Amino acid sequence: MKKWPLMVLTAILGLMVIAGCSNEDAASGDGDVEITYGFWDKKQVSAIDEVIKAFNEKYPNIKVKKEITPYGQYFQKLETAATGEALPDVMWMNGAHVQQYAEGKVILPLTDLAKKENYSLDNYPESLIDLYTVKGDIYGIPKDFDTTGLWYNKKIFDEAGVPYPDDTWDWNKLKENAEKLTDNKKGIWGYAALMGNQGGYYDFIWQNGGYIISDDEKSVGFDQPEAIEALHYNTSFIKEGLSPTQAQMTETAASELFSSGKVAMMFDGPWMLQEYKDNPDINVAVVPKGKQRAVAIHGLANVIAANTKHKDAAWKFAQFLGSKKAAEIFAKTGTVIPAYNGTQEAWVQAVPSINLQAFIDGADYSVPLPSVKNTGEIWQYETDVLKKVWSEEVSVEDAVKELTNKANGALSKK
Amino acid sequence: MQEHPLQVEVKANTKLKVTNLTKTRKSSDFFWAYLMIAPTMLGLFIFYLWPIFQNFYFSFTEWGAFGQYEWTGLDNYKRMLEDTNLIKSFKNTAIYIILTVPFGIFLSILIAVLLNQNIKGKSIYRTLYFLPVITMPAAIAMVWKWLYNSDYGLLNYLLSLFGIKGPQWVSDPKIALYSIIVVAIWSGIGYNMIIFLSGLQGIPKSYYEAAEMDGAGPFRVFFNITLPLLSPVIFFVSITSLIGAFQVFDLIFMMIGKSSTALESTQSVVYLFYQHAFVLNDKGYAAAIAVLLLIVILIITAVQMVLQKKWVHYD
Repeated sequence: MKKWPLMVLTAILGLMVIAGCSNEDAASGDGDVEITYGFWDKKQVSAIDEVIKAFNEKYPNIKVKKEITPYGQYFQKLETAATGEALPDVMWMNGAHVQQYAEGKVILPLTDLAKKENYSLDNYPESLIDLYTVKGDIYGIPKDFDTTGLWYNKKIFDEAGVPYPDDTWDWNKLKENAEKLTDNKKGIWGYAALMGNQGGYYDFIWQNGGYIISDDEKSVGFDQPEAIEALHYNTSFIKEGLSPTQAQMTETAASELFSSGKVAMMFDGPWMLQEYKDNPDINVAVVPKGKQRAVAIHGLANVIAANTKHKDAAWKFAQFLGSKKAAEIFAKTGTVIPAYNGTQEAWVQAVPSINLQAFIDGADYSVPLPSVKNTGEIWQYETDVLKKVWSEEVSVEDAVKELTNKANGALSKK
Repeated sequence: MQEHPLQVEVKANTKLKVTNLTKTRKSSDFFWAYLMIAPTMLGLFIFYLWPIFQNFYFSFTEWGAFGQYEWTGLDNYKRMLEDTNLIKSFKNTAIYIILTVPFGIFLSILIAVLLNQNIKGKSIYRTLYFLPVITMPAAIAMVWKWLYNSDYGLLNYLLSLFGIKGPQWVSDPKIALYSIIVVAIWSGIGYNMIIFLSGLQGIPKSYYEAAEMDGAGPFRVFFNITLPLLSPVIFFVSITSLIGAFQVFDLIFMMIGKSSTALESTQSVVYLFYQHAFVLNDKGYAAAIAVLLLIVILIITAVQMVLQKKWVHYD
């Protein structure tokens, strides 16, 4: 007699398994559609919520569902989702991956759509449009951009009697002042020599006149004398005890050491603003110059999945994300530097206590983050190899040989 | 999984009974039985067996972006022969297994025997030891990462009270693997302990009473009664924890950062698989690594199966 409830339960469980596989076309008939929006930065959620709200005032029938995946897993998830044809309808894209995704035909070329609706792409910085143009077609609508600044802690400077950094600083001055600011007894380091490309060794290599990827995209420039010298300079802070060691920075993020007053200065992007803006001690200046002043510039774009079931809705949302209105929301909340020309001023005003103009100035002497088909793979080799330099296991000279070999191998792949 | 050891114990007897019963079963009974297990079987086929065959096939291919691949024959296997990272990861995994499995089993038997006594608050202790098992591995890793932090962690703070400067537990390449092993043993004890407890409670009291009458001391009782009668359970636990240890991934992934200096000296075979499959998008080679791991586990489990005849007592 007790069999019945069990049987019913089993049957229900079985049905749930089957049902779980096939509820993709659940869009109801009354014109409502739901699209998904994939991105990785949870610091931007509140601004994105506001944008979606504004979007729904215009298009009440299009519901937008957020899908947040931390950056560390974001592109792994997209890769798998693309293979299984389950990409979000609209999603963030970066320069490192756009070529691969465009050539793999998993994201939609927007040129024709833009032409049809007279959607102007002149409203965005040209370098960003170039970044998302693959073989003559535009694939993404620029969302924001970022450069590098020299973040510093005013309190530590005041206590050490060192004047705040300004645009007269060069490499020697940075080193000199890092020495003055370092205080072993208090556990304070003058500078955090972070191992990162944007806002790290790329900037230093460019400042020293080197290059990352050659113009013909056939070789990398890590083994060139300018790059070697820049890497030596970059890691000398650790060697001389002016920076936390690589081990310390993997156990506790450098940005955490910085915001808790253990580090006086570090290179980082404007994306840290949300975290630093309530700290009265923190300010930012332009980066010091080497042979020249240079920083990486990079911006994200919104792209549309090639196999989206709701192409119209996705295109409307992507357009709205690139609109002046959305840019203003991002600007006034201080979330990111919006790519829409003319809205950056609102971003600079968003947090008056911090000299955000430093990041806007950076755009003048910026170099676009290199983007080739296998950028992601090259980035992985950089991390694998350069971390051994940062932890002082391997010399700069040996490391760049290994890195150049591996990266050139990735470049020669079809 | 917990029923397995009991099954092993009564295996010899049940075989006979089952064959007698089948003759009297009605076919409708079979229908219902199969219907009941159908969802699980379906799941097993779709999510376990089919991927195994697919993985085997993919190990002979090379992958490009977004699911395109081409047949390359034995290339991936040839590549393995000169992959120093692969050898290193097998070495790391071997050290991990050699330390976690025996120590884990030893400690969980010890705790199970202690908690099988009539001590005050034993259910509280049992709960405490079992808690890590029901905690997400990611959460465990995060908490331990904090304990291990060389500058701000609790562990080094305690050491500093005695004037000792603690090491960099998870970023020193020489120590990191052992730090992970400690966490693995700690978090695995509870699960094995429960299995050993059920095994201990399956041992008839009369044996102990007889031993007491003969005047045997506690050590003699343990080594001559408890241990032999527990051996089927020990065998089961050692097989499952060995297979589990071969597949270690989450603790390493969570506790060792991607740019950590200790990554090479801690990465396990499955971590290397993950690295190739999902980070480097080198899925063909990753599939070959998975096949190799499967073969190694099969061989070692087979050896254990043969060796068990020498030390496992089923009566």
